[in-house]
Amino acid sequence: MAGLGSYRRPLPGTQPDYLFAPYASTLKRAPTRPLVMLPQTLTELTGPVFGRDEVKPGDADLTRQHKGEPIGERIIVSGRVLDENARPVPHTLVEIWQANSAGRYPHRTDQHDAPADPNFTGCGRVLTDNNGGYRFVSIKPGAYPWRNHPNAWRPAHIHFSLFGPAFVTRLVTQMYFPGDPLLPYDPMFNCVPDEGARQRLISAFDLDTTIPEIALGYRFNIILRGPGETPMERKS
Amino acid sequence: MSLHATTSQTVGPYLHIGMTWLIIDKLAPRKVAGERISIAGRVIDGDGKPVTDALLEIWQADARGNYGKPGFRGFGRVATDAKGAFKFTTIKPGRVAGPGGQLQAPHIAVNIFMRGLLKQLVTRIYFADDPANAEDKVLELVPAQRRATLIARQVGKRGALQWDVILQGRDETVFFDC
Ligand SMILES: [Fe+3]
Repeated sequence: MAGLGSYRRPLPGTQPDYLFAPYASTLKRAPTRPLVMLPQTLTELTGPVFGRDEVKPGDADLTRQHKGEPIGERIIVSGRVLDENARPVPHTLVEIWQANSAGRYPHRTDQHDAPADPNFTGCGRVLTDNNGGYRFVSIKPGAYPWRNHPNAWRPAHIHFSLFGPAFVTRLVTQMYFPGDPLLPYDPMFNCVPDEGARQRLISAFDLDTTIPEIALGYRFNIILRGPGETPMERKS
Repeated sequence: MSLHATTSQTVGPYLHIGMTWLIIDKLAPRKVAGERISIAGRVIDGDGKPVTDALLEIWQADARGNYGKPGFRGFGRVATDAKGAFKFTTIKPGRVAGPGGQLQAPHIAVNIFMRGLLKQLVTRIYFADDPANAEDKVLELVPAQRRATLIARQVGKRGALQWDVILQGRDETVFFDC
């Protein structure tokens, strides 16, 4: 597309394939025919915009959505949304969802025998600021079992959904916590061969964003696909 | 400075908790100009079973072929029900610029999310009997015998279209890598 450029292709090994046998649900849902390479047209280079009328300031605090306080360890999850050229992605929608501190989701299909928390829904959203920054207040999610393989447990995680400026920058990912002993056994965390890419899914404990007496801080930066290098950048 | 895009992860089975606060199945309020259409379909897995936990996001131009103009955002989001079915109403998009500056045939871009997908599936909806399909540069890239999977067809009354997503097998929907 003249004048619009296009977004970079992923570095090999950093994005999952659709079929990944250790994650059993991919077997009947991954495409079996070759994907068709799609040139990035105006359709792929544009995307929806979200605004303050849809996202309220309180939507970023998951601990204040009910009458009482949720049970669990209070956390601050913050970070920046950048593109691959390290430019901030401002005013973009970030949606999160997570289990409660016992590893239970308030969802009709969650059969995990762990306590529900009437004061925790586990859903939040925010728009990034001018610098691509975002911040959520929540409680640390618990690990939970799933039936993917014998004795399968998901490490503690928070689901993230981001839009960015274009149809092709849409990203859904998961944030993990440092030092989680379940990470080496989790097929989702291990869905890509690139070790660096996996490590970047793990948030960092951050004393600076910790609120004394209140909540522990974790930092998680998210990188969306960025525009390819311009011919001038390539020369230098 | 060069970074690499964060690794995609599945939405998992509990996507509704985080994503269904925003369901947009009526994309075009009454004052939006254009030909009214509804698109309904089902999402079917490799066993022929309905996918009851899928989410589809829609991105389209307005009737004049413009993206994101005030009055018509062009974004929709629908979840499948217990029968794997989804439905949304909108207006038929106009033609937008394509490869080489040539206009594309009217189409809707779709991102599909579900448990079992480590990253979203990307596909498109085109419209049956639109003469522009014959010269569309993206359709040209699709093997001729598979193009029908991208085309919504009229069922019943005017403007009522059907388009299914078949994840695997003989009639597998064409998915794109962009
Ligand atoms: Fe989860």
